[in-house]
Amino acid sequence: MNGFFDIPSDLQNTWAGLIGLHLREALLPVLAGLVLALPLAQLCVRFRWLYPPVLGVTTVLYAVPSLAFFVVLIDYTGQTELTVMIPLAVYSLVVLVPAIVDGVRSVPQETLAAATAMGFGPVRRYVQVQLPIAVPALVAGLRVAVVSSISLVSVGALIGNQGALGNLLAAAQKYDRPELAANSVLTTALLAIACDAALVGLRALLTPWMPRGGRGRRPAVMAK
Amino acid sequence: MSAHRRVFGALIRMDSVTKRYPDGTVAVDRLSLEIPDRSITVLVGPSGCGKTTTLRMINRMVEPSEGTILLDGEDVTRQPVTTLRRSMGYVIQNAGLFQHRTIVDNIATVPRMLGRSKREARERAAELMERVGLDTALARRYPYQLSGGQQQRVGVARALAADPPVLLMDEPFSAVDPVVRKGLQDELLRIQDELGKTIVFVTHDIDEAIRLGTMVAVMREGGRLAQYAPPAELLSAPADAFVEDFLGADRGVRRLSFFPAAGLELTTVPVVPVDATAKRLGAAAKSPYLLVTDVDGRPLGWSEPRDLTPGDIGTDRLLPYGRPFTPGTDSLRAALDCAVLSPTGWAVAVDADGKVLGVVSQSAIGEAIRTAHAGHAGAASAPVTGAVS
Amino acid sequence: MNVLDFAGAFFGDGAHWHGYDGIPQRLLEHVQYSLLALGLAALIGLPVGLVTGHTGRGGNALALVATAARALPSFGLLVLIVIMMGFGLLPVMIPLVILAVPPILVTTYEAVRSVDPAPVDAARGMGMREGRILLQVELPVALPLILSGLRSAAIQIVSTATIAAYVSLGGLGRYIVDGLYQRDYEKVVGGATLVAVLALVTLALFWAAGRLAVSPGVRRR
Repeated sequence: MNGFFDIPSDLQNTWAGLIGLHLREALLPVLAGLVLALPLAQLCVRFRWLYPPVLGVTTVLYAVPSLAFFVVLIDYTGQTELTVMIPLAVYSLVVLVPAIVDGVRSVPQETLAAATAMGFGPVRRYVQVQLPIAVPALVAGLRVAVVSSISLVSVGALIGNQGALGNLLAAAQKYDRPELAANSVLTTALLAIACDAALVGLRALLTPWMPRGGRGRRPAVMAK
Repeated sequence: MSAHRRVFGALIRMDSVTKRYPDGTVAVDRLSLEIPDRSITVLVGPSGCGKTTTLRMINRMVEPSEGTILLDGEDVTRQPVTTLRRSMGYVIQNAGLFQHRTIVDNIATVPRMLGRSKREARERAAELMERVGLDTALARRYPYQLSGGQQQRVGVARALAADPPVLLMDEPFSAVDPVVRKGLQDELLRIQDELGKTIVFVTHDIDEAIRLGTMVAVMREGGRLAQYAPPAELLSAPADAFVEDFLGADRGVRRLSFFPAAGLELTTVPVVPVDATAKRLGAAAKSPYLLVTDVDGRPLGWSEPRDLTPGDIGTDRLLPYGRPFTPGTDSLRAALDCAVLSPTGWAVAVDADGKVLGVVSQSAIGEAIRTAHAGHAGAASAPVTGAVS
Repeated sequence: MNVLDFAGAFFGDGAHWHGYDGIPQRLLEHVQYSLLALGLAALIGLPVGLVTGHTGRGGNALALVATAARALPSFGLLVLIVIMMGFGLLPVMIPLVILAVPPILVTTYEAVRSVDPAPVDAARGMGMREGRILLQVELPVALPLILSGLRSAAIQIVSTATIAAYVSLGGLGRYIVDGLYQRDYEKVVGGATLVAVLALVTLALFWAAGRLAVSPGVRRR
């Protein structure tokens, strides 16, 4: 009865349930990070002096170990999913801001000038010209954020079983069942690869103007 | 050149050379070409005609599929590829400088590879900077601090650094503006006069080809040779419609660049100094127009005889005399151009100091052109080597 | 009490500054783990990235390997390896190296690929051998980007090396893990602060390395 997919009952969940939970805990923070990153990045593009200090602060935040982040938050948000999701949103924000800024800045000046000359207002120009051209850089940032977020949810297992698939790791140690740890690692990795592939597909869908097999410049920041 | 042996050019013979890519496209098709030593041979043609591929087969950046290339009688595939390439200077579009190295170290690259000491290589580099017309104060700069034209000069100096017998140049001047390009072309002709290398030069610009080439190979799509001839012959007798079309509309006028203006018969009858006496003016009055000069003999402008008062010619109502030509160095084309642009139809000839030697009418120039063509039809080869500007 | 108070209390306590569990000792351990992991990852990532970047072959295979390596969760991998191999330095090194190889590998590859092909063509045309072209023409120009890859790998390692403490090793993670089990937030905040400071120091070191190693002709100033 100790199979690969036999989840101990104290986790209160099935394998599929853990996957759903894991995806929610990983992807909602990325979405939140994106919503915050878009205006912040636009501010950094508009006011150039803002970018270096923003980069400095975000790098420090990025360097704070996730576990420490979780533990400090327990005081405020308790041993809940939210405690796991807030740091992940911050990490996503940190990855996405430079990706979007670099992407938007990579739009050639002539293109912008042409858009302005055709009578595009600032908002329309941002939504219809700058953002679409920044899509490859944005998606590259999203790929890094999503993969690292999926990986980091597991650490939540250390603060009262809030790690979804990561909880299998604790169970593996508790019940001495290595196959549960293998299950956790493999399932997490496959989820990450699937989400990554989905984003690659999304980019192909959003940027039909890009040459096939063309490599978008990857941002300098990589997975945590 | 002190410490360096003067290495002159080498003869390159291409024998039925073909480059076929794995996908079946033929870039160069059975090309046979004898590239004379110590001269500039230009490969010219529309894009995709295989001119660059031809050039790159000489230093084996591209390996030929068939045929042989001989350098001074020896097959280029006989020696190690790096040895072969080090014996040939290579200049490309945008220069391809090493941005992490200073100008002097860029130029010293090949001497260093050949085992010269750093000091010796740098001395040689400084020498070359002067030769290509670069201020040696730029030696410690980095490429990004130089203009496009300066970078291209560094590219030429770098290619010359090891004193190779052969210089391969792949559209080296295409990326700079026309004024800078003309300067670089002049510089190349001057360097070639001094060094006598075998230069193979690729361009898509037929004017550049005619200006620089001792021999010009016109290539067409599919990597075939359309015509191989000295530029004057190319202009006078294009082999077929393709070459004629490629040469452009005014090849007749352009060909006049190859005939010197020295033979023109000048007349001084209508030339009068600003302080001319009544007698002098009377002698010249038969001409419809008179060219007034200052007391030193420099041109001031044209006037009709009846508008002139002896002893005090007013200079404010003179017609402009246009651009004069210099018979010693200019071509018939320049003389004709002056005559066409002159308000009177007469071209003004001046010496190197700008003093008037005489004037010549459009019809006299026309006569000279007929004589020149007739003389050329008798001779087999070009009337003048290299274009007179 | 807020985060700053915790940090103040942690660093103000003289007992934290010496002995077996003192800050200098833990800092030293952390730096050792980080350097070892970064060194191993660079030993794998740099040569492979340079050679594939130079030849331009194997880029797709490389992207695949990098994606797969990035997808592996560091913490899960650590637990799995410890269950299978027992405690030790090696089980900690494996996830850290797997974490650091992708950024080094991919950035190095992209850096060499993005070098202007004209100087490379010129170098080949003047008779330079391939190895020399890679080291003397491409590497100096690609260096800023390669350093940025090493830098992001280093910062991730410094931050993630805290997991060593979870499997009974030392390092700054000790304060965080112990603090978690002892409900001692002072320790957690103190440890996290030290990790963040170490990351900033890493950033500064890479900035200095860039100033020293990258030619002014490439930096353009």
